[in-house]
Amino acid sequence: MAVRPLSPRDERPPVVRLRAFTRRFGDNTILDALDLDIAQGEFVALLGRSGSGKTTLLRTLAGLDAVAGQEVRVPSSRAVVFQDARLLPWKRVWKNVVLGLKGGDLRAKAEAALGEVGLSHRVNAWPLTLSGGEAQRAALARALVREPALLLLDEPFAALDALTRLKMHELVLSLWHAHHPAVLLVTHDIDEAIALADRILVLDRGRIIAEERIAAPRGQRSATVRTLRAALLGHLGVEAPAGSYADVVAFPSTPRAVVAE
Amino acid sequence: MDWILRPLRRSRWLSPLLLLGLWELGSRTGLIPEHTLAAPSAVLSTLLDMVRSGELPANLAVSFVRVGLGLAIGVSLGVALAFVAGLSRQGEVLVDPVMQIKRTIPVVALAPLFIVWFGIGETPKIALIAFATVFPVYLNLYQGIRGVDVRLIDAARSFGLGRGALIANVILPGALPSLLTGLRYSLTISIVMLVIAEQINATAGLGYLVNNARDYMRTDIIVVCLMVYALLGLAADLLVRRIEHHALAWRPSLVEA
Repeated sequence: MAVRPLSPRDERPPVVRLRAFTRRFGDNTILDALDLDIAQGEFVALLGRSGSGKTTLLRTLAGLDAVAGQEVRVPSSRAVVFQDARLLPWKRVWKNVVLGLKGGDLRAKAEAALGEVGLSHRVNAWPLTLSGGEAQRAALARALVREPALLLLDEPFAALDALTRLKMHELVLSLWHAHHPAVLLVTHDIDEAIALADRILVLDRGRIIAEERIAAPRGQRSATVRTLRAALLGHLGVEAPAGSYADVVAFPSTPRAVVAE
Repeated sequence: MDWILRPLRRSRWLSPLLLLGLWELGSRTGLIPEHTLAAPSAVLSTLLDMVRSGELPANLAVSFVRVGLGLAIGVSLGVALAFVAGLSRQGEVLVDPVMQIKRTIPVVALAPLFIVWFGIGETPKIALIAFATVFPVYLNLYQGIRGVDVRLIDAARSFGLGRGALIANVILPGALPSLLTGLRYSLTISIVMLVIAEQINATAGLGYLVNNARDYMRTDIIVVCLMVYALLGLAADLLVRRIEHHALAWRPSLVEA
């Protein structure tokens, strides 16, 4: 199924809309007059160094922090997948998936969602017996079973090994194709952002300092990577030559990646 | 002989059995006079007599009711106070300082005051047990509630769980291991307090049996009662273990077992 990335200028109203959103803790301004739109079904990646305000932004969109009368529009149906799966260890996997849901035959709902992420054999397992990848899949199932209009992914693959991460990327894309929620993926990983997103935002000191749109279809982005990677690293304060990850780290004797600060 | 001696040498039963044998031997040879300590065989036959005559079951039942009532009151009070202090800041400010002050008073020292207040009937005995068992449950559950992983609470809130659902699905199950630890302490303390409380002019119960036996220098009866106290403690521990096994089945150590 071919899904065209939607621009915020699309006629349909965006699912997320923040205008001049500011958040302070004491004298620290964490988010500084931030504007953000996410269109329906759009896949947005958010890059930023530690302390750039990523977590605060995600907590705001997840409805975990009070917004105190500011202009924040988020859909009521939203779900978060955290870096640590955060399954309740005292509930079996399927009960975790339907946590907080009401209505008939939750078990069937949970089984369907777990089947979709390839965890049919772990429906009755205790969460602490799952591997890291399995736990993250259960967390995905828990998010998707709510059929969210907005799916928030908070570095969900950072703690996984490279092979598991690859499988999870494919899984996330196929789930996104099937359910088509708007996605905000918070990540440190530039290659992950380029591989998955329609649009990449760079957050720095509470402001969005760069926005890159990717036109090339997923799976055919090698050419995009060559220039975009260096540009994004530049936004993050790292000078690097154009090329893929392998190109950049190939010659450790001649350090070409220099931290600007 | 080797096949029986080798396991025996390594058995943890060896030293207690040896001690029991020496004790019996000492009694038979007159080395240990009966008014100092009755022989194990004498204790055993006394135990059987007391069970057969109904003396032991009847008095045990009286003690059991005391512990049961005291525990029920103490534990429910501890749980209620821990909820108040654990689930709201205002509650913490109100409850916790008082509980911390209460902790510094040895409950045993309150016995005279309780006798003045409640007389020498059942009330001061039950009150002592109740008072002593409040704190372990309170402290452990309160800290358990406060120690629930904030990340799990955030996750549950992000899925739209309200306060009630949050308490039922996240906070209580998360604090349950702590509650059971507190319960185990309370059960142990309840039996200690039972022994002390039954020194107060009891006319029935295990403590009454012990006091009577002391007056008649019946060391056999005293040892029987000591055994019953030990068994009560053991049974209490076993009870909590059973509860843990069912309620905490999700924990990895138990999952793999």
